[in-house]
Amino acid sequence: MITVTDLRKVYRQGKKEVVALDGVTLSVPKGSIHGIIGHSGAGKSTLVRCLTLLDRPTSGSVSIDGTELSSVRASEIRAARRRIGMVFQHANLMDARTAAGNVAHPLELVKTPKDKIRAKVAELLSLVGLEGFENAYPSQLSGGQRQRVGIARALAADPDVLLCDEPTSALDPATTDEILDLIQDLTRRLQLTVLIITHEMNVVKRVCDSVSLLSKGRIIEHGALKDVAGNLESKLAKALLPLPASEPLKGALQGGTVLEILFAGDNAKEPVLTSVARHFDIDLNVLAGSVETLGGQQFGHLRVQLAENADADAVLAYLHQRGIGAKVAAANTPASDPLELDSAESDAAEANAAEFNDVTGRNS
Amino acid sequence: MNDIFSNPVLAKALPEAIVETLQMVGISAFFTVLVGLPLGVFLHVTAPGGLRPMPVTNRIMSDVIVNITRSIPFAILMVALIPLARLLTGTSLGPVAASVSLSIGTIPFFARLVETSLRDVHHGKIDAAQVMGSTKMQVINKVMLRESLPALVAATTTTVVTLVGYSAMAGLVGGGGLGKLAYNYGFQRFDVTVMIVTIVLIIVLVQVIQLVGERISRSLDHR
Repeated sequence: MITVTDLRKVYRQGKKEVVALDGVTLSVPKGSIHGIIGHSGAGKSTLVRCLTLLDRPTSGSVSIDGTELSSVRASEIRAARRRIGMVFQHANLMDARTAAGNVAHPLELVKTPKDKIRAKVAELLSLVGLEGFENAYPSQLSGGQRQRVGIARALAADPDVLLCDEPTSALDPATTDEILDLIQDLTRRLQLTVLIITHEMNVVKRVCDSVSLLSKGRIIEHGALKDVAGNLESKLAKALLPLPASEPLKGALQGGTVLEILFAGDNAKEPVLTSVARHFDIDLNVLAGSVETLGGQQFGHLRVQLAENADADAVLAYLHQRGIGAKVAAANTPASDPLELDSAESDAAEANAAEFNDVTGRNS
Repeated sequence: MNDIFSNPVLAKALPEAIVETLQMVGISAFFTVLVGLPLGVFLHVTAPGGLRPMPVTNRIMSDVIVNITRSIPFAILMVALIPLARLLTGTSLGPVAASVSLSIGTIPFFARLVETSLRDVHHGKIDAAQVMGSTKMQVINKVMLRESLPALVAATTTTVVTLVGYSAMAGLVGGGGLGKLAYNYGFQRFDVTVMIVTIVLIIVLVQVIQLVGERISRSLDHR
């Protein structure tokens, strides 16, 4: 279990103060995977550096199973760090060490006996599926294999917490899925507490139990994946279940109200649209839709256009009565980045928009 | 060609000159690495944003000592250091005395090369080592020095080659070696054979050093 309480980090740039983290609070229970998603500049890197004490937080606390990390004296930081295993975007392996040498590195630091190191390294390499690669140098391994060595190394000191900083951002889609499955498998088997910092929604969809949205140094939304995905108003839901841009259809239903409907869990299985059509005796058209299984639950996000003569309010009431999220959609929904938060961020958002679309498209 | 083998100067003085040159290069290379390596590490580690930033000390070491020493032409430095050589070795003549000024001349040069090599170690590796709980010394030994070893060997090679050149200059002011031979006999007495043989030997020496250095560096490089 890792708990972060009101973590603040303020950098000084000359006379200007830059608030990189503005009171981040989160807690991840043992055996679960928490995703922290945000754009470049949201404070992800700073958060990672504060959690690993590479940077000292300005205020606030980080604790693992009740042991405070941020207050420990400099001499105790090293011991505290060993409770966190870290996986980096580019693995950051030592080029001069073999796969086995890299995994042995954290063990050498505390003068572990040689035979114990050898046994532990063999065990870890087989755990990440790299038997037979003991003597390979990082330059001889593929990106995915390097990341596996990085994960084995992160686990060498038997940490309680695994902190993954963009673990798959440098990998291709297939390898990304393999690495994510490995992380999920290890979490269950070793009862780890895992924090994944990422900008890829795909990562959150695939492995995370809960998720936080970080923006401008603050967590603006958080919760279990199935809760945030089921909330029509949440930015995370829009990002998890994105709808393509669509124009209301010309023709038969011209002028009809456009609704956004979000089914979650059991509701997703019911034939709601046809029952609406029968109950109100109206026609409707699906303009866009997205169906996903998130956190073990099914979700459907639809944009639907009603016939002009339909009573939109009555339809909404009917849907709400059945526990289905629904609202009148904005007249013409642009295909903007769902996590884009204001215009000041739009530069970074634009740069990432392509990535988001790519990622979400790939997964659905 | 016959001239080479019948030349009395070469027959008598060449073996001694070769030994003296190797002595000068060997002794000063040893002390250059011994002092220059820690100095280079110190310069890198204490730099702003380094592992243990010490801005003032770093400034003094970097600007005052290293840059000032490096900006004095070696020929002048050598002459200026004769009293120091006499103090340390008891004489101002011979290869051992010359090694004093040779070492002092190349230590700052080598330290800069070490600093540059260490700077090329990717910062992510340092982060990774720190996150796994390394002490600063462990970061220096197990990551910085180990990961930049191929570059450090290359830097040493360059330094030793420079030392061969400097050692020839040291020959002019009493250091002995091939430099003295070339100057006294080849230049002062117009003995072209001596001149050519010395030059060829120095070229061969440099080639061998370069070749061996590159071999070692490459065998250590797993990137």
